Amino acid sequence: MYLLNREQRHTVNTTWMIISLLLVAFLPFLLFIGLYLKSLLILHDHSLFDLIFSKTWKPSIGKFGFYPFIVGSIWVTVVAMLITAPVCLLTAIYVTQYTKKFFLRIMHPAIDILAGIPSVVYGLWGILVIVPFISRYLGPWLGIKTMGYSILAASFVLSIMIIPFVLNILIEIFRSIPTELKEATLSLGATQWQTIKHVLLRKALPGIIAAFGFGLARAFGETMAVLMVVGNVVRLPQGVFDPGYTLPALIANNYGEMLSIPKYDSALMFAALLLLVVSLFFNLVMHFFIVRYNKY
Amino acid sequence: MDHDIKIEIRNLNVSAGKTQILKDVNIDIPKNKITVILGPSGCGKTTLLKCLNRLTDLYPELKVTGQIRIDDHNILEAKEDIYKLRQQMGLLSQRPYPLPMTIYNNIAYALKLRGIRNRRETHRLVMQYLQQANLWDEIRTRLREPASRLSIGQQQRLCLARGLAVNPEIILADEPTSALDPISSQFIEETFVRLKNDYTIVLVTHVLRQAKRIADNVVFMYLGDVIEQGSVEEVFENPKMEKTKLYLGGTFN
Amino acid sequence: MRRVQKIEEKFFKLLMILATYFILVILAIIIYSIFEKGLKSISWEMLTQVPKGGYYYGKGGGILNAILGSLSLAFGATLLAFIIGLPVALYLNVFLIRHKRVIGVIRFLLDLVWGIPSIVYGAFGFSLMIFFGFQTSLLAAIFTVTLFILPIMIRSMDEILCTVPIGLQEAAYSLGSNKSEIAFKIFTRQSFSGIITAVLLSFGRGIGDAAAVLFTAGYTDHLPNGLLEPVATLPLSIFFLLSSPVPEVQDRAYASALVLTLIILIVSLFSRGLGKRYHKTKINF
Repeated sequence: MYLLNREQRHTVNTTWMIISLLLVAFLPFLLFIGLYLKSLLILHDHSLFDLIFSKTWKPSIGKFGFYPFIVGSIWVTVVAMLITAPVCLLTAIYVTQYTKKFFLRIMHPAIDILAGIPSVVYGLWGILVIVPFISRYLGPWLGIKTMGYSILAASFVLSIMIIPFVLNILIEIFRSIPTELKEATLSLGATQWQTIKHVLLRKALPGIIAAFGFGLARAFGETMAVLMVVGNVVRLPQGVFDPGYTLPALIANNYGEMLSIPKYDSALMFAALLLLVVSLFFNLVMHFFIVRYNKY
Repeated sequence: MDHDIKIEIRNLNVSAGKTQILKDVNIDIPKNKITVILGPSGCGKTTLLKCLNRLTDLYPELKVTGQIRIDDHNILEAKEDIYKLRQQMGLLSQRPYPLPMTIYNNIAYALKLRGIRNRRETHRLVMQYLQQANLWDEIRTRLREPASRLSIGQQQRLCLARGLAVNPEIILADEPTSALDPISSQFIEETFVRLKNDYTIVLVTHVLRQAKRIADNVVFMYLGDVIEQGSVEEVFENPKMEKTKLYLGGTFN
Repeated sequence: MRRVQKIEEKFFKLLMILATYFILVILAIIIYSIFEKGLKSISWEMLTQVPKGGYYYGKGGGILNAILGSLSLAFGATLLAFIIGLPVALYLNVFLIRHKRVIGVIRFLLDLVWGIPSIVYGAFGFSLMIFFGFQTSLLAAIFTVTLFILPIMIRSMDEILCTVPIGLQEAAYSLGSNKSEIAFKIFTRQSFSGIITAVLLSFGRGIGDAAAVLFTAGYTDHLPNGLLEPVATLPLSIFFLLSSPVPEVQDRAYASALVLTLIILIVSLFSRGLGKRYHKTKINF
């Protein structure tokens, strides 16, 4: 570096910064264009409507219906959010409003560790604990015959995985509400619970919805853990104890054989494109939602 | 000096860990007067106000001892119903914090907490309190808008109206004009002077001229101690203590 | 009336306590089951040997290939992401400081990219690899993981750098420094431990992800010996070994999971410690 004088170093540094910046800024567009070009082949033969709503998945005879995978993904994601949303909301209120500060200091590392555990380890845990629990205890107890590998298992594992993500956002939101607002409400003679229910929750509502939206987007694209416990059966699930198949799992499972069947890789790239679009769409909507609806 | 004392503070001590925030504070606050608590920032004025309506309960690290008697009830005793107690006082803080609701509901919520559920009664009272706070004429057509769309000055008057809506006997105001423009400040001051016939007002400020304009009674505090208290003439014209003289002379802030 | 409210508050408070302890208990169960299974199956041989003949039927060998593969992959990707990411974060906070709108758009794009599932990066990386005529290799995997951890790296650095007080910048300008000197000398030094934390965070993400490298890393029983050779990773080995019906092979998956979890716990412990120190030594203006 010291071969160059100050001005030259400045130029080199600045150029490198700008190149990096451009690369990063164009990354989402690059991803989109790349995957779009790869899925052109399949989009050429089948209409978009056909791909999304046709139910038959038989790559060997050129039938690519993504409907079962899309439905499976939606099932898994929605059930996971049904677990995550109340747990995170209740916990966030508890640790920010009811406990002393030191409790949050215990919670933070716990959340960090949950966030850090890799997807495959969650999957492994699902196989070791959740799947047997469902097949041996929960299923028989409810009188349902199940393998354990099911929408429910996937949803449960998934819900644990996105808890740290959603919880962190929620805690930040509740902490950013000024204490004075709480004091103002209490000074009207409200109880603490009334304050939370009528004022804090309302103040935080746009943020809460956004946090759930971000969580939903994240859950929709999660691959390995779901793949390991969802059962991977191509059919429309009738209930949470049925096995299913999700879009990310479809891509991950077939990487080996996709080059041997024509158009197969294009179909999988189309699946990836779908995931990308869903993820971008959700994040975009939530972002503008926060900006728009902070009206109170 | 009026002998009708509304609030008697006796030997009030507040500490957080090792720091003593209020040291053996004794204050008499007369009824239907404006009592101004004066002093440089960080002298414990805000903490004193928070003791009065027990918002200190929110901070478990604060240790409060002593007595605060309102109409001969010691409000620091645990068996007091703190929700009723807080409804005896309206609070106005440094910056306005409107509730995340419409303008109308900001007042109506306070009424609801007071137990008023009748719609027509609510309607009448919302109007009455907004008028008392000098706000009604400006916003009568905007009642269903979110309160955050009002200007800061209007928001502060809305908060005042909300404070009145719990039907208090006392108004606690913590530097209520420090975030406002001169015209809104004047509005608030005028409102206070009008309201003192019906309410006992405790106003915290560090603006000397404001104290001079509207105070009946002045308490001067410095670093957690009450240095001097008395009628506005006594304290401003003939301060007895050296520190008061220096402060009034503008030597320290 | 008041009684009903009290019961309501008690009820919800109970739910809150349950929710909070639910999270803590689940975390404890996860850690316990990983350690319980892992400690039973881990051995010195497992950590120091590569798979031998008959490995996949339960005969000898270990997971050294995956451990070293994961480390080299994560190191490579973190390094590359650092080389690209640090300048971006610096550029945002030094050069674009007056263009709030541009910063806003770039932060927004980064947040969008952060949200993209790793399997999408995997698919994209795979197409790119085919397009350029690469084989599955350490290099291809490094590229893919780099793309995946870049937004994490940049946004975490950005969070730290935007706390550098403006007074420090002004002081440096008044000494005659130019912008890139301020960026690379002042900002990096002021936020040093914060930057390290961002790097560790990205490293943790990079080493734990499987979906992004499923198509690009390939998998090999050999130690990584070159950028253009296929490479094994711990997450992949967990995934592959677990699908085996042989219990001894499954044991290796548990051992791999334990090793991976330990690596990530250590990394996160480090970054936590640094984060604390960072708050103590930070100069306040």
